[in-house]
Amino acid sequence: MAENRHKSLGLSDEQVLDMFRTMMLARKIDERMWLLNRAGKVPFVISCQGQEAAQVGASYALDREKDYALPYYRDMGVVLSFGMTVKDLMLSGFAKAEDPNSGGRQMPGHFGQKKNRIVTGSSPVTTQVPHAVGIALAGKMEKKDFVSFVTFGEGSSNQGDFHEGANFAGVHKLPVIFMVENNKYAISVPVQKQLACEKVSDRAVGYGMPGYTVDGNDPLAVYEAVKEAADRGRNGDGPTLIEAVSYRLTPHSSDDDDRTYRERDEVDEAKKKDSIVTFANYLREQNILTEEKETEMNEELNKLVNEATDYAENAAYAEAESALHYVYEE
Amino acid sequence: MAVISYIQAVTQALKEEMERDEKVFVLGEDVGKRGGVFRATDGLYDQFGEDRVLDTPLAESAIAGVGIGAAMYGMRPVAEMQFADFIMPAVNQIISEAAKTRYRSNNDWNVPMTIRAPYGGGVHGALYHSQSVEAVFANQPGLKIVMPSTPYDVKGLLKASIRDNDPVLFFEHKRAYRLIKGEVPEEDYTLPLGKADVKREGSDITVITYGLCVHFALQAAEKLAEEGIDAHILDLRTVYPLDQEAIIEAVSKTGKVLLITEDNKEGGIISEVSAVISENCLFDLDAPVKRLAGPDVPSMPYAPTMEKYFMMNPDKVEKAMRDLAEF
Repeated sequence: MAENRHKSLGLSDEQVLDMFRTMMLARKIDERMWLLNRAGKVPFVISCQGQEAAQVGASYALDREKDYALPYYRDMGVVLSFGMTVKDLMLSGFAKAEDPNSGGRQMPGHFGQKKNRIVTGSSPVTTQVPHAVGIALAGKMEKKDFVSFVTFGEGSSNQGDFHEGANFAGVHKLPVIFMVENNKYAISVPVQKQLACEKVSDRAVGYGMPGYTVDGNDPLAVYEAVKEAADRGRNGDGPTLIEAVSYRLTPHSSDDDDRTYRERDEVDEAKKKDSIVTFANYLREQNILTEEKETEMNEELNKLVNEATDYAENAAYAEAESALHYVYEE
Repeated sequence: MAVISYIQAVTQALKEEMERDEKVFVLGEDVGKRGGVFRATDGLYDQFGEDRVLDTPLAESAIAGVGIGAAMYGMRPVAEMQFADFIMPAVNQIISEAAKTRYRSNNDWNVPMTIRAPYGGGVHGALYHSQSVEAVFANQPGLKIVMPSTPYDVKGLLKASIRDNDPVLFFEHKRAYRLIKGEVPEEDYTLPLGKADVKREGSDITVITYGLCVHFALQAAEKLAEEGIDAHILDLRTVYPLDQEAIIEAVSKTGKVLLITEDNKEGGIISEVSAVISENCLFDLDAPVKRLAGPDVPSMPYAPTMEKYFMMNPDKVEKAMRDLAEF
């Protein structure tokens, strides 16, 4: 039997199985969204596929009762971990009134849900980074011990808001975890055309914080790095930059065709490292994911996704005139 | 009632709001130990400490963005942009984020933040220390833009902006800082956002303007009164969204309207005021709506000859008012 890697991280068998369940759930919702898109039922999909391990591994290392999450558009694994439901996500996909992210105002992937401390986001990339710093600043002023967790892509790490936000957090020693989900592509532009440095984490030194690069296909490696960063933040030792390297298994979005800029061999190679496969193998080797449990989990998740799809498809749209509401406080 | 300057009214409003509510804090460049390059935050660092009067790194998008984050959490940040001209790197945060947060989250999140910035010319500030930038933001629903003219309005409107649950851009005319003085109550008061104010009652011509130009119009009105021309002067105070009711009322009083701004002429606040008048007041008008504004060049040049040519002043205003009265 392979070495048990989760016990030494303080994770029980139940916890790692739950992590896998959340990863699987994200994958299944995402796959359903694509089917719905190709069937002409939802206008747009932007995927988490290939990044679930980083998203879920990181989230489980946080205190999901008090920490703040500022996700970017691929972070279905993060928002599910922080308490958003399958139904919530399907309502967003179908742009229905009950969508808690935006009431059907924003495209899917623009997450936000105050009750779960998932902070609302936009489409211009990386604007959420200074927000995460501001939330951490507020927490420090109010003497709270939460950390603020913000994610973005490797291409986004070129935006001024990343650099301005990281520097601010470094100067004021704020409890922020900056996690780059390096999926190797910013739409069609590969990482070597995005970064002059070898790793995104190399940028940390400029902002007076530690930077780590970890295997983003390994939820346990990401968990370990984020756990340590959260401890640093809570202890008043300031921010951390973590780069989780994985691969984007789908085109950028439902409107993209990745065959125009990358070889199929490359994608096939990446699929061998897909965390949904590799982490399942680990859990099987540990006798945690038994055949029986796997069947049970698949049935349960399929049922959840089916029910949520039906519910969201049949749910009402917002009234047309409701477009006039909530420009200002009412 | 004490007579204080425009900038002292800013400081007083900040101080009183910080004393009243622990969630209020100030952030920006040089606002701490130095008390601001114009001294608007003078004394606050000593009274409230470095955590609530925060000297930030020199990066305007972070000043706005960090403020937005803190505001979404529930604080009431008052961010200072050192000059309105330097707000440009923060425009994405202000327009894409602050302005749209409540709307895009379907009322789940909001941004109770105030951004203060000194604007305007006549101080030898050249292209990048003289601009009026309100028009950049004045078609962004979700934002409010306040541009007060008097110390009394500064104090009441800044307090109201800080207490408002939506983002407010609060532009202070830098030449007014020490030039304009006025009576200001020592006690706590607020003035409503979104409401214009009649600064002079009159029956012959209507002047609609805001900021320092209000004073130019008032001075000109006193001179014209000696010639028997009685001017009605409306101070917009909040330039976005506009107080349409007050505009319509002021126009219908006289039927002759002069709109004044220090900003460039095309596409500015007064152009929108003019559109409101066209839509609502056509049959009340006795003369074409007249605009008096800066020329359509990028900004105010440094050399005194060219600066004076660009800058609004009481003589230009007086002439335009007289011309309109004689129409």
